[in-house]
Amino acid sequence: MGWILVTSATVILFLQNYPLYIRSVPTENELKFHYMVHTSLDVVDEKISAMGKALVDQRELYLGLLYPTEDYKVYGYVTNSKVKFVMVVDSSNTALRDNEIRSMFRKLHNSYTDVMCNPFYNPGDRIQSRAFDGMVTSMMIQVC
Amino acid sequence: MEGLTLSDAEQKYYSDLFSYCDSESTKKVAAHGRVLELFRAAQLPNDVVHQIMELCGATRLGYFGRSQFYIALKLVAVAQSGFPLRVESINTVKDLPLPRFVASKNEQESRHAASYSSDSENQGSYSGVIPPPPGRGQVKKGSTSHDTGQPRTSADQQEPVSPVVSPQQSPPTSPHTWRKHSRHPSGGNSERPLAGPGPFWSPFGEAQSGSSAGDAVWSGHSPPPPQENWVSFADTPPTSTLLTMHPASVQDQTTVRTVASATTANEIRRQSSSYDDPWKITDEQRQYYVNQFKTIQPDLNGFIPGSAAKEFFTKSKLPILELSHIWELSDFDKDGALTLDEFCAAFHLVVARKNGYDLPEKLPESLMPKLIDLEDSADVGDQPGEVGYSGSPAEAPPSKSPSMPSLNQTWPELNQSSEDTAIVHPVPIRMTPSKIHMQEMELKRTGSDHTNPTSPLLVKTADLSEENKINSSVKFASGNTVADGYSSSDSFTSDPEQIGNNVARQRSHSGMSPDNTAPPPPPPRPQPSHSRSSSLDMNRTFSVTTGQQQAGVVAQPPAVPPRPQPSQAAGPVVHRPVDADGLITHTSTSPQQIPEQPNFADFSQFEVFAASNVNEEQDDEAEKHPEVLPVEKASDPASSLRVAKTDSKIEEKTAASAPANVSKGTTPLAPPPKPVRRRLKSEDELRPEVDEHTQKTGVLAAVLASQPSIPRSVGKDKKAIQASIRRNKETNTVLARLNSELQQQLKDVLEERISLEVQLEQLRPFSHL
Repeated sequence: MGWILVTSATVILFLQNYPLYIRSVPTENELKFHYMVHTSLDVVDEKISAMGKALVDQRELYLGLLYPTEDYKVYGYVTNSKVKFVMVVDSSNTALRDNEIRSMFRKLHNSYTDVMCNPFYNPGDRIQSRAFDGMVTSMMIQVC
Repeated sequence: MEGLTLSDAEQKYYSDLFSYCDSESTKKVAAHGRVLELFRAAQLPNDVVHQIMELCGATRLGYFGRSQFYIALKLVAVAQSGFPLRVESINTVKDLPLPRFVASKNEQESRHAASYSSDSENQGSYSGVIPPPPGRGQVKKGSTSHDTGQPRTSADQQEPVSPVVSPQQSPPTSPHTWRKHSRHPSGGNSERPLAGPGPFWSPFGEAQSGSSAGDAVWSGHSPPPPQENWVSFADTPPTSTLLTMHPASVQDQTTVRTVASATTANEIRRQSSSYDDPWKITDEQRQYYVNQFKTIQPDLNGFIPGSAAKEFFTKSKLPILELSHIWELSDFDKDGALTLDEFCAAFHLVVARKNGYDLPEKLPESLMPKLIDLEDSADVGDQPGEVGYSGSPAEAPPSKSPSMPSLNQTWPELNQSSEDTAIVHPVPIRMTPSKIHMQEMELKRTGSDHTNPTSPLLVKTADLSEENKINSSVKFASGNTVADGYSSSDSFTSDPEQIGNNVARQRSHSGMSPDNTAPPPPPPRPQPSHSRSSSLDMNRTFSVTTGQQQAGVVAQPPAVPPRPQPSQAAGPVVHRPVDADGLITHTSTSPQQIPEQPNFADFSQFEVFAASNVNEEQDDEAEKHPEVLPVEKASDPASSLRVAKTDSKIEEKTAASAPANVSKGTTPLAPPPKPVRRRLKSEDELRPEVDEHTQKTGVLAAVLASQPSIPRSVGKDKKAIQASIRRNKETNTVLARLNSELQQQLKDVLEERISLEVQLEQLRPFSHL
């Protein structure tokens, strides 16, 4: 269960509730983002369990806004392999529409699968793929 | 000559040089040729060269043996160091740097100069990078040129002075071959081009044991050496990779040096330009990669699974992170497997990395796997070929071919997919399905009508010409047929069972056919406008067309079809079967039908007569009835009307009995209209029957008419009975004949149906397109 957290902000990719990848744009208050992500993990788990009876496909889908906090919105996404992607965006980014978030998660997922395809990558390792980093950077630049 | 003690470096260097000069491997070097070039490259005055040659004894022998050669080299070093040329100086001069040979035209020489002029730091660093690979490279290399390269490198590096560096920088900048790269410490430019063939040359550099003057060595190597270097890369890949990496490292070093050099701008430019060159894979390298690929995957067009590739590249002892990055770069299609080109690119990157090159962020263009055959560039992505891996320098061209097809097969898959998608996009316009559908529709409807089969058939031919028109026309026809069907369907209830069955069968048949293609239109319904739900136009036209017909057709079912007047019936009836257009006939008969109603009543009268025995008064009617009865029997719903009318008709007829002939003439004609009417209802099939009926009725009428009035006496009764019997027999005969004719018609219709079904079957496959 990996985690990816993207914020306007931070990207954290978690596997089994421990982070696989963390990336934040504003380096300050990063800890706060991390905290939010960890708390949102509970929400993600909740949603997953709720959809447990549903088709597995549902899991892949975008989880949507997990919960809005005072300044930030947290979005979640889960893959079939229980890799969680969490994105924290600044609420001030009102321009971010749901579709955009979905597309971003899709890109994240695609990049993650590319990383997994790498035979040199051991699942569970921290993701150190430059391509992945590049993709996340571009995404965050776009968001910010 | 005198004992010549050489240091290890010198030994190696000299041996390399000797190998280089000893192109024929005769263990002796001719005075002319490369030796001269070599000595000239030493940039020593000619007299000094001559002196050296004399000293070493070459002039005496006329050639350079190995010892002579070594001595000569030593003397060159001595001379270059500024020491007087003495025989004794060979051994006396200690710590003599390796002889420096600067090639005026030779890349190696220029490289030597470049490396020579390289900063000590660079050399040191360079050597630091090179040492490991050279060790491996050397082991493998057996090429003389390789040796020459090595000593030169070492010599270059050791030589403190490289005066010739600058002038030689320019030539080497030609990026066309790596080998020609001449590294000039001062002119990073030239060195950069060298970097291109760097990997190629790196083996040389590395082969030179411990020679840190990798740059010079690399540059100095002429084309032959590289190839030889390739041969020597038979050892473990990692080692060879370093060789190939040489240029990269050299490049790096040169870039460092270029900082100090004057041509900074050129450096940068060349650096960028030559940056891609280093990633170019030479033929030999590519061949080597291909061979390595074969060891893993015999099929050059196949894939190397990720796990196998992982093991393979892990042998290069690169950190996993870097290998992971290399994989990311080289696995172009991100499929977790490596094609030949991808493998070569990965191999090349590994070699480059091992040689000190930094992995690029993006795959260099020259390393891009050939997605399609568009790229003719020889070695796309071949650069990181691991020199260490055994590779045969020969077969450069063939190596490209396997890679290309492999890539073409793998990557073009995407292209193909795109092509496929591209192909899919244009929606093919089907001529046949619609036509077929329409035809099917028509077939359904026409099943029961003679005219219908013909009309749709006619329509079909017309439709085939143009799809749109076809659709419209077909629908039109189908609409007509539907209308006909409707009219016939209505009359089906009263039609003879046979006909009804035929129609029913046809209808059911037609009901199936349209289902194959477009949304199956509902089976023929009383509403002709429903022929095609998908086509509004057709419905409209259909309705229009049907409307026209409905006037005639529909009008018939609802209203009790008037019995066609005998006079009228006979005529039109005769003509009706000729008509191909049942509708027209219908319409034409409609007006006749109205007046036929009385005839209709006659039929009922006739039926009543048949049921209630023959009445003399009703003889005429009876005569008519037998004629009409067979026709009327089909029209059950009308029977009531007939009965109702019969009474009135009977009265009328009785009243009109006086003009018996007339009445008989008329009444006999009445039946004909009835058959005609029925025919209108039951479509064309009935027409022939009606025709027959009319004909028969005409005959009967004639018969009846010819019959004189029956006497009413007992004798008359007898006669009447006999007459009635006779009449009945005649009626039976007529009916039997009619039956046979109807049977015949039935067979014909069935045959038509079969033929249409066959056509439908033939057309059905197209409907599924």
